Amino acid sequence: MASKDDIKFLSNPTIGKTKKKYCRFKKFGIKYIDYKDADFLLQFVNEQGKILPRRITGNSLKYQKKVAVAVKRARHLALMPYVTDLLK
Amino acid sequence: MYNYEVTFIVDPVLSGDEIKATAHVYEEMLKNEGCNIIHIDEMGLKPLAYPINKRSSGVYYCYEFTSENGVIISKLELALRRDERIMRFLTVALDKYGVKYNADKRNGLIGKVKKKVKPGKKEDGGAPVREAREPREPREPRQSAPAPAPAPVVAAPVVEPVVAEPTPAPVVKQEEE
Repeated sequence: MASKDDIKFLSNPTIGKTKKKYCRFKKFGIKYIDYKDADFLLQFVNEQGKILPRRITGNSLKYQKKVAVAVKRARHLALMPYVTDLLK
Repeated sequence: MYNYEVTFIVDPVLSGDEIKATAHVYEEMLKNEGCNIIHIDEMGLKPLAYPINKRSSGVYYCYEFTSENGVIISKLELALRRDERIMRFLTVALDKYGVKYNADKRNGLIGKVKKKVKPGKKEDGGAPVREAREPREPREPRQSAPAPAPAPVVAAPVVEPVVAEPTPAPVVKQEEE
């Protein structure tokens, strides 16, 4: 007979427990996003160098727009690539 | 009073003196136009994310300055555009947060993102602990090896009561019958 301890491993315990997304700029009080800091901006692009959407990064609209502008400026200055593969 | 920041990339093929002279031209130009240069950041030779003018690297300069009016910007950009030694430039008007960020960065208040440092520390810390534990484990079995020897002696008296128990059992059966 399967006891209660055996049954709990049959289902994924993380299902149904969604981790709440948050805007890191609001949480940590970051007001300015530097376009020269390419290492930081790398967190907001995917492997092809595309800007990640808000639904994945969790940024608020205000800061998502600033991130997008900063990434585009970094691309113009060749600090980040426009198109690439295996960026990370 | 407006705050601006101009970043440009100088051709790395030029000699070191020529690169400095190129950057100095724009420093002089800003000063002559009555601008107050707050900070000159020489970011140095960096690899480009993609080739520009068939060059794979460039020398980055970043000037932060203030101007009473924005008239200088069009003049500056025209000069940068005409200059063949400049590969790329970008002029940005800074808001108050940008000015504060640059000031903090100069004072060393803003650290760079270092992700790779943390896992390295854990590996360094974890390795010596594992090495220290391994030599101890072989010793423990040796000390515990003599321990089983007295165990049978203790177990022997335990067996005797078990043998004695069957005797009452048949008695119970007899009562049932």
